Amino acid sequence: MTKTHVTATINGETRDFLCEPHQTMLDVLRLELGLTGSKEGCGSGDCGACSVIVDGVLMNSCLMLAVEAKDRTIETIEGVAPKDKLHVIQQKFLEHAALQCGICTPGFVVSAKALLEENPDPTEEEVRYYLAGNLCRCTGYDKIIRSVLDAAATMREEAR
Amino acid sequence: MAGIEYAAPDDLSSAVALLAKQPPGRARLLAGGTDLLLALPKAGQEHLVVDLKRIPDLTTTTLGEDGLRIGPAQCCALFTKEPDVGRIWPGLTEAAALIGSSQVQGRASIGGNLCNASPAADTVPSLIVLGAVAEITGPGGKRTLPVAEFTTGPGRNALGHDEILSAILVPRPPRRSADAYLRLIPRSEMDIAVAGAAASISLDEGGRINRAAVAIGAVAPTARAVPGVEPLLVGHKPTEIDPEGVADVCRQAASPISDRRGTATYRRQVVGVLAKRAVLIAIDRIGRTAP
Repeated sequence: MTKTHVTATINGETRDFLCEPHQTMLDVLRLELGLTGSKEGCGSGDCGACSVIVDGVLMNSCLMLAVEAKDRTIETIEGVAPKDKLHVIQQKFLEHAALQCGICTPGFVVSAKALLEENPDPTEEEVRYYLAGNLCRCTGYDKIIRSVLDAAATMREEAR
Repeated sequence: MAGIEYAAPDDLSSAVALLAKQPPGRARLLAGGTDLLLALPKAGQEHLVVDLKRIPDLTTTTLGEDGLRIGPAQCCALFTKEPDVGRIWPGLTEAAALIGSSQVQGRASIGGNLCNASPAADTVPSLIVLGAVAEITGPGGKRTLPVAEFTTGPGRNALGHDEILSAILVPRPPRRSADAYLRLIPRSEMDIAVAGAAASISLDEGGRINRAAVAIGAVAPTARAVPGVEPLLVGHKPTEIDPEGVADVCRQAASPISDRRGTATYRRQVVGVLAKRAVLIAIDRIGRTAP
């Protein structure tokens, strides 16, 4: 099978990769590009652990073929904060102890970032609905929701 | 997913020409991919995946004098943010917003929802009550088909192997119109409809209903219109209608199955309630939407 050459902007950098047509974006991020922050929980678009932002739109990278990435701009968990720094959302996850095993966390952070870019002042209900596609089997969600609401408040404050 | 090939034509005529060269069943059209990417590994044969998202006409929705031209491969996350669409077609917009999670919204498309032809597809009852028309492009040119006739059974549609759903056309509603869509799922998010119902209602200048359409989903092999509600609604003032009569007619029009999401008896009961409420919500919205 001939591999396809794809050029895409990933976390602000131009990246080239070779992939087979059946490979998902998630597989290429993890196996070819070494970006292992995005996780495979279900591989069927149910758990949100592989969430990425493509051309400004949040999506499951397990439901995207890697060949579709040509000329697209992709943001993964590795791109949410500068190296050695934490995004406010990540900081709030730590402060509120919003993670236990941590497998779902990258997906939650990427999704929360997409939410807060779209809606800087969401209600608790809006946060819960928006993040309904991210599954967590440890925390019971409450600390995650509180972290996102706290991060939203901090980000609004910082934007003043 | 062994043995797939991928092509991403950048215009509709190239896509149609590409399909024409494939033996029937080899080409699979990729819009959002939320169903296709899960089906391909089980397909057991070689497929050509034709990505439609590089074709601007298929990923762009435009609002004109006559109505809405929906790009079938546009993702729901972008469709539901189209200016004015949510105001003129609140029911269709809420149906599109109900498909899957925020992440799935970033992939799933209305065209895919229609072509995948799930009996529980959320946007199909809404498209039916709005009188939407599928524009289909094939080697011989374009043809049109009412959305109500587009799905032919669970997972089956009216497209030939060399045809593409190139647009979904929704006529602009008359003044004093509104639509609504309701579904029942066991959870509050991230599930597939046990039953669904859409309604579109118009009032005349005197405040009487002069156009009424109801369609039901997840209670028959395909979403279906319920023309039997018209005599119960048309010619009446909203305060005079018999909502329970609407519910009963919709229950009679349903032919549900029992599965793990609900029994046939439950589905039949619930679809009546949803249809009645959708009619009342649509009536309530008139006056708050565009004149």
